Amino acid sequence: MPVTTAVFYLLAAVTLGSACGVAFGTNILYSAFALMGTFLGVAAIFVLLGADFLGVIQLFVYVGGILVLTLFAVMLTHRIDVQVSNRAVGRLPGLVVVGVVATWMIRVARAARWTEGQPGPPAATTAGIGDAFLGTYVLPFEVASVVLLAALIGAIVVSRKEVKG
Amino acid sequence: MQELVDSLVADGFVPGGLPLWVAYLGAMLVFGGIVVFVFILPIAGITTWVERRVAGRIQSRIGPNRTGPAGFLQWLADGIKSVLKEDIVPSAADVPLFKLAPYVVMTGFVAAFVVVPFGGPLIIADLNVGILYLTAVTALVVVGILMAGWASNNKWSLLGGIRSAAQIVSYEIPAGLSILPVVMLAGTLSMQGIIGHQGWAPWTWHVFDNPFTFFAFFILFVSALAEGNRTPFDLPEAESELVMGFATEYSGLRNLLFFMAEWGNLYVIGAVVTTLFLGGWQIPLALADHPVPRIVLQFAIFFAKAYFWVFVAVWLRWTLPRIRVDQMMIMCWKYLVPIAFVNFMGTAVWMVLFPAGVPAVRVLLSLTAAGLLVAFARRVVFHVRRALLTREELSFNPLSTARVMSRG
Repeated sequence: MPVTTAVFYLLAAVTLGSACGVAFGTNILYSAFALMGTFLGVAAIFVLLGADFLGVIQLFVYVGGILVLTLFAVMLTHRIDVQVSNRAVGRLPGLVVVGVVATWMIRVARAARWTEGQPGPPAATTAGIGDAFLGTYVLPFEVASVVLLAALIGAIVVSRKEVKG
Repeated sequence: MQELVDSLVADGFVPGGLPLWVAYLGAMLVFGGIVVFVFILPIAGITTWVERRVAGRIQSRIGPNRTGPAGFLQWLADGIKSVLKEDIVPSAADVPLFKLAPYVVMTGFVAAFVVVPFGGPLIIADLNVGILYLTAVTALVVVGILMAGWASNNKWSLLGGIRSAAQIVSYEIPAGLSILPVVMLAGTLSMQGIIGHQGWAPWTWHVFDNPFTFFAFFILFVSALAEGNRTPFDLPEAESELVMGFATEYSGLRNLLFFMAEWGNLYVIGAVVTTLFLGGWQIPLALADHPVPRIVLQFAIFFAKAYFWVFVAVWLRWTLPRIRVDQMMIMCWKYLVPIAFVNFMGTAVWMVLFPAGVPAVRVLLSLTAAGLLVAFARRVVFHVRRALLTREELSFNPLSTARVMSRG
């Protein structure tokens, strides 16, 4: 058990450290690359919790998709050194928002009932997730699919040139 | 892997008093080190030699032939040369990212080998999300390439990096959609499980299961070539336009790491295609009863199948011209993605209609493939004969009797 605990703290340190790098870095590109550490750390924690499918999907969607597209977008901008990340809101409102979110998250974490998992090799979760998606949770699953489809169509409508005829 | 360690512990090979996790960790590190240094590095190196020799033949020249028999040691010479070269960091480069990028690329490439089977029980970890893991970790390569392209502070590098990202993100979609039919057929994501669902005979392979998987196989191979930045899709490092793309500013060992990942990736492509579609390491049961020769045989058959596709990729590189960026995107989004969707849906419908599969279709498809191979081999033999013949015919000299003698 102490090994798992040590590994958990290591992963948490990597995740939080990279997250601090994302939030406090002044170079927006470094922030984007630091995001990779956060995503990898979260994926590793999922694997540590026995959710191997979720961990790999985290890697697949966030590192493979979102991070690459973020880097792509950042590299096409011409201002890389940004001193203030959000000019519209000052530091004080930002602190208030952070405080509210933090207290709320701590309350949720304290209210949650934490159960101790059984140590040992994780069981395969893929089939269970698939059954749940197409059984119990079929409606939310389909609604999410429709939302994604709408976003795709919206992207095409926004980006395509108007054909004059 | 775990069984092996457990049996070693039971046999007393592990010193007493050690916690079990130390034994597991040690076994992982030892096996991983063996795979990296004894398999990946030589295979990437030898592939460069194979590539240069084959390229030489295709272009009617000799290729490297001085270092060792038939130039075989050329890859070692190149490696040593690269290690001894000065590690140059451009003064205008973004130094930390510039230095980090080759390692990120190498990590993504080596991490793929965790789930690549080698034959029989030989696999580092048979994750039950195996093939999904493999497609996910290759994303690290994209991040590394983007990092290199940006940090070099060079327009060619940046263009190469961005082209590579666009290409890999696009071609991941047909590749993923072509993997799905196999996952549906086998009912598992584990590499060993997918191999276990097939048999040694060609008509039991996934590629011949139904007409849709037959096309899915080719789409996966083409998409994998594009994701591996191979000609005809090597736009990220198009020599005639971008010098060397994202690797332009790199020298010495860092440059070597990029190219090792590229050539080693060819073997990963071959191994994935073999695992998913071509029966993996399955051999007829009657061939070997004793475990050791069986594992050797399984390793040999897997390696032969996988390396055949490395060879095909080399052929393609030296016989096809590079396509344009817009053509590459059109090919992906307008042709490969719709066809891959048809394959995916078609396989699903096929599985519903014929839950047990159709043996006649399997045999017919494998016979078609065998016929294609035979026709291709005959064509190659014909061309080789003609090339040999015309060499004599073309050296026409009325005073010489050689021509008459060769006819006689």
